Amino acid sequence: MIQQIAFSVVLLVAGFFLRQRILFIRNTIRLGKENTITDRPGDRWQNVLLVAFGQKKMFKRPLPALLHFFIYGGFLIINLEVLEFVIDGLAGTHRIFAPWLGPVYPLLMNLFEFLAVAVMTACVLFLLRRFVLKLPRFWSAEMTAWPRLDAALILVTEIILMWAILFMNASDQLLQGQHEHYTATGRLFFSSFLMPVLNGTEVSSLVMIERFCWWFHIVGILGFSVYITYSKHLHIFLAFPNTYYARLEPKGYIQNMPVVTREVRSMLGLEASTAPSGEPGRFGAKDINDLTWNTLLSAYACTECGRCTSECPANQTGKKLSPRKIMMDVRDRMEEVGKRIKRGEPGFEDGKSLLGNYVTKEEINACTSCNACVEACPVMISPLDIILEMRRYVAMEESGSPAQWNSMFQNIETNFAPWKFPAADRFNWSKENS
Amino acid sequence: MTARGESPEIVFWVGCAGSYDDRYKRVTKAFVKILQATGIRFAVLGTEETCTGDPARRAGNEFLFQMQATSVIQVLNGYQVKRIVTACPHCFNVLKNEYPDLGGQYEVVHHSQYLQELIHEGRIKIKEGGSYQGKRITYHDSCYLGRANEVYEAPREVLASLDADLVEMKRCRTTGLCCGAGGAQMFKEPETGRKDINVERAEEALATGAGTIAVACPFCMTMMSDGVKAKNKEASVQVKDLAELLSESQGL
Ligand code: SF4
Ligand code: SF4
Repeated sequence: MIQQIAFSVVLLVAGFFLRQRILFIRNTIRLGKENTITDRPGDRWQNVLLVAFGQKKMFKRPLPALLHFFIYGGFLIINLEVLEFVIDGLAGTHRIFAPWLGPVYPLLMNLFEFLAVAVMTACVLFLLRRFVLKLPRFWSAEMTAWPRLDAALILVTEIILMWAILFMNASDQLLQGQHEHYTATGRLFFSSFLMPVLNGTEVSSLVMIERFCWWFHIVGILGFSVYITYSKHLHIFLAFPNTYYARLEPKGYIQNMPVVTREVRSMLGLEASTAPSGEPGRFGAKDINDLTWNTLLSAYACTECGRCTSECPANQTGKKLSPRKIMMDVRDRMEEVGKRIKRGEPGFEDGKSLLGNYVTKEEINACTSCNACVEACPVMISPLDIILEMRRYVAMEESGSPAQWNSMFQNIETNFAPWKFPAADRFNWSKENS
Repeated sequence: MTARGESPEIVFWVGCAGSYDDRYKRVTKAFVKILQATGIRFAVLGTEETCTGDPARRAGNEFLFQMQATSVIQVLNGYQVKRIVTACPHCFNVLKNEYPDLGGQYEVVHHSQYLQELIHEGRIKIKEGGSYQGKRITYHDSCYLGRANEVYEAPREVLASLDADLVEMKRCRTTGLCCGAGGAQMFKEPETGRKDINVERAEEALATGAGTIAVACPFCMTMMSDGVKAKNKEASVQVKDLAELLSESQGL
């Protein structure tokens, strides 16, 4: 009974914090500009199925993809067991599904154990890759203390949680037959290897161990689910909507600015000048509220894997630009503004902005718009869209583009070519001999 | 050669580099030679052609882009242009993907696709034993053709028709490394870093041991040529556009 009450309290506390964080994240995403996305639902679902569920883009690098698939699949399936944990915890039952599922139950449990072992193996290999092999993309400039710790915490926690399951099952199997509360499950392959370790332990101690592991696992999972909302691990949820709302146009396409179209057409006398509808707004992006909500969503969906940065030609040749840093900056700025609003302060009037305090002009100017980052991203994020929006702000609101670009602009205006050649000479090539 | 009343099969969009850049003018002429030898009825806009505005848009100057694009669309619509072929992936991308938003609907193809089409249809008859037969060529993907528009095979098929020994760089197709010129980088010095992007790419191309680096973009042409020069290899390795390779191999 005490356990049931304790469990209900734990569940409520975790639920409370989780709800708070979910609302916070939703409100922060809503700081973004409106953007209605209703076109081509079929193609969008296809992306969700292939890229998010099927992890299609991960398989560009097959070995990590396979290991990641184990963790992903393992976690997805093992969490079915969490359902049983919750019911047992509230009702004071033990393995409530066992009698219902009959012979299927041990099969399922064995599958879970196999996945638990696979998850552990993958996590160990990932830790080695990150911290022993020191794969460069996990150690670049923006991977400061917190993102590195975050990654380590996730991997280590997953390993411990899996051990808890195995030890729980081992002690459980020893208790079966010795204690009427413990339903027979049949032999569970992987955890049975741990049984010798516990053999000879008194029944009361075994119950303690089993209970400890059970509590450790479920509290761990609940704590983890709250922690995730602060972590890059949030991608396990938000990668799904992100692939749904990802852009479907060819990667070379840049979003049109209809405000400018109206103005240009009226300047050229092609259209009667219409009174601007609503407030004019800023051209391009200076801060996060100049980006669309789905761009802000993508910052929360970013896995910080750095595949974008490792493919970026500017980054590879030592420029400051890193597309992953752009995504992390957007997210950090969102959290900062969101927290200020939550405290009742004006969110944006803190003398800071995304461009300037987080991202510098030097970074955005170095982008070749080559789309390597977009192509590389396993969850279909476009750091390039953000870079281009910031360039628009710099060019149109500040006239602060690099001097050589300003002369290029001038050449286009006066000679209708980006170089300083007279327009009248454009056709001269036809008269020259080759 | 400008529209003479009869309707042309295609309008050849020459682009600023193709019109003014001494190196790329040779590509323009090579492509025209192929068109003439094939008997294609084509038109060019001549002095009525202007910049598409693409570099302005990539550098953030949306106003200038749209001013430019709107007037280009007026010219193109004035001639009732339907099909456009261009040897510049940047012009190709902006005309194909971005002009429709502003009222310019055309069928736009890149010259690599057009050459592939002509070869397939047998309108270009490839002579056996062209001058590139068995020669080692590597192809550098242009970002605006490749990742931006997923045109990976057309340029390679054109090269395959030369019966050359086509070798790939490690980073090719979807993972091809940019030459460093896109996104209006062509018009300014790079930011400070360890290395210039075009040198990095030229090293990779040289490592294949190919005597010819094939490109399909005026900016890639400049960047790769400069990169090869930076490595002092310009005497032994040439950078050439697909159209040049095709017209040379056919002795046009
Ligand atoms: S589009 Fe820009 S940020 Fe992305 S990989 Fe290319 S240069 Fe880097
Ligand atoms: S933007 Fe995509 S590729 Fe880059 S770090 Fe985030 S998830 Fe990885």
